[in-house]
Amino acid sequence: MATSAPAGLAPEAGPPPSRLARFLDSDLLASFRRSRLAMAAFAATVLFFALALLAPWISPQNPYDPAQLELMNANLPPIWAGDGQAPFWIGTDDQGRDVLSAVFYGMRLSLIVGVLGVAVSGLIGIGLGLVAGYAGGWVDTAIMRVADVQLTFPAILIALIVDGVAKAALGGHMDANAQIALIVLAIGLSFWVQYARTVRGSVMVEKNKDYVQAGRLIGLSAPVILTRHILPNVTGPVFVIATINLALAIITEATLSFLGTGLPETMPSLGTLIRTGNRFLFSGEWWIVAFPGLALAGLVLAINLLGDWLRDALNPKLQ
Amino acid sequence: MTAPDQADYVEVRNLRRLFDVSRPWLNRVIERQPRQFLRAVDDVSFTMPRGETLAIVGESGSGKSTVARMVVGLLAPSAGEVTIAGVSMTDPRRAAERRALRRRIQMIFQDPYASMNPRWRVDRIVAEPIRAFGLIEGERAVQARIGELLTLVGLHPDDGRRYPHAFSGGQRQRIAIARALASEADFLVADEPTSALDVSVQAQILNLMRDLQDRLGLTYLFISHNLAVVRHMASRIGVMYLGRLVEVGPGRALFTAPKHPYTRMLLDAVPDLAHVGRQRVPVQGEIPNPINPPSGCTFHPRCPFANVRCRAEVPAFRDGVACHAVQEGRLAPGTADAVA
Repeated sequence: MATSAPAGLAPEAGPPPSRLARFLDSDLLASFRRSRLAMAAFAATVLFFALALLAPWISPQNPYDPAQLELMNANLPPIWAGDGQAPFWIGTDDQGRDVLSAVFYGMRLSLIVGVLGVAVSGLIGIGLGLVAGYAGGWVDTAIMRVADVQLTFPAILIALIVDGVAKAALGGHMDANAQIALIVLAIGLSFWVQYARTVRGSVMVEKNKDYVQAGRLIGLSAPVILTRHILPNVTGPVFVIATINLALAIITEATLSFLGTGLPETMPSLGTLIRTGNRFLFSGEWWIVAFPGLALAGLVLAINLLGDWLRDALNPKLQ
Repeated sequence: MTAPDQADYVEVRNLRRLFDVSRPWLNRVIERQPRQFLRAVDDVSFTMPRGETLAIVGESGSGKSTVARMVVGLLAPSAGEVTIAGVSMTDPRRAAERRALRRRIQMIFQDPYASMNPRWRVDRIVAEPIRAFGLIEGERAVQARIGELLTLVGLHPDDGRRYPHAFSGGQRQRIAIARALASEADFLVADEPTSALDVSVQAQILNLMRDLQDRLGLTYLFISHNLAVVRHMASRIGVMYLGRLVEVGPGRALFTAPKHPYTRMLLDAVPDLAHVGRQRVPVQGEIPNPINPPSGCTFHPRCPFANVRCRAEVPAFRDGVACHAVQEGRLAPGTADAVA
């Protein structure tokens, strides 16, 4: 029996394309370039992130530092409204705090809490989803029933419960970092279910594919198969959820802070700013609440539009 | 019980596998339904000497893939035993020996598009068994071995730097073979390795497998529903029907003088250029539901030679066939025409 071994693929000239080259050639980028909305949302998101990250360097004053506040400058309106003064472009609050600086710093806190909250919920959800999908049986049933029960409560209620229980247990003596950590945990525990369900579904599809069986055949352990083979093949939908959940996490944090159980007034996030500013709305000082509100709405809208585009772009049925 | 022996390198004894196909617990309680089991494989026994190709053929649902998965250890048998090179694959006391044997048993899967991690480059896919078993020290030596393996299966060493999606089905199946050989396996279980490929490519892969068998002394358990492929590959053929092995015999004997009525029926259904235009006996009936198989010989509803005993009593497997009609002398081994 003569073996008709045909030559392999003719070796192409040069090395295989780099990661950057493959990214530049991808469908995702092509879809991005076609969508003006996606580009605008991306630009706005980048702008908000840049303003938030650069807050200490671009703000006219440090709103957390009482030494920089002058009561003389209290309740100044925005610069275009007659009484406005030079460094306070969009006015000051009742303690002479520059609203623009407070918005920058508040956005920074909101984004930190949002990103960390998404990371925590993602870690919990992906981990439990991988285990539930791969193990199956009663492990799967136990994890998913907990998830089902949690889904019957609104996320904000879960966050309030976690926050309230922890504060009661710790007796209310917490520094600012502990409060941030607590609210991150509350958000993380509120939003893990969606990740777990999505990842579990993908894992149940992937684990029966032959490349996973081939891995079992050479004696790889379940954790190795999960992290090396299955996880990289189920991350697509997770990124979409993470993007959309970032906006949700920011809103949840703002809601908690608005209700007074979130971040303290000494370290105001956008939600805290809206809550404190709300008091001055009827005395005519609208700018104290309006600008943090606009910043929050803009930030969430930009991230949501980006998430919607990503969801459609990664959905093979829509292409 | 036996030392590793040329005669039975692979020994499968009374292998059985049930699948629980019951409705969920709550439905069973409310609808008063019993648990239901699907008997995918029932009392299958065979042995394979080293260097042999045993092909298992059968219709869809006959349990041939389940046998393959149990032999390599991807699926635990409900009963029975698989012994390879004298080491039981089911006995918990021999776990250490089994780990050492693990690398010598590999599988080639049906769908070459699903059998590789799409995010890995080919060299990493082929090298995974080498790294998992720690067979070769040093990255340069591993890369050299990958190039060697790719050349062995008719690819170019530089192909290792591409991703699986850059290859055709036939080329991917070559990569799958290279990966199976990477752990220095000598027993390969191939589950319909060519049925997802174009007909023009099938022969190339089959020839490659035969060539590798001659050069490396491989033993193949070859699962297929394609009798033409089986005839090309196998030294012995086993025919499965509804989870049972109904006939085992040397390839030529089975094709020229089939014993079991089911084998005759299968052979009669093979399209043949010599018989173009001739009226052929079509395969009668369909494979019954394995959840509720027929009594006695499971083939009796489709068998033209069935009598009362066939409907009541399961035929024992003797002299390479499990059939009352043959064992009672009612039916002489012969050509497929004997059926008519």
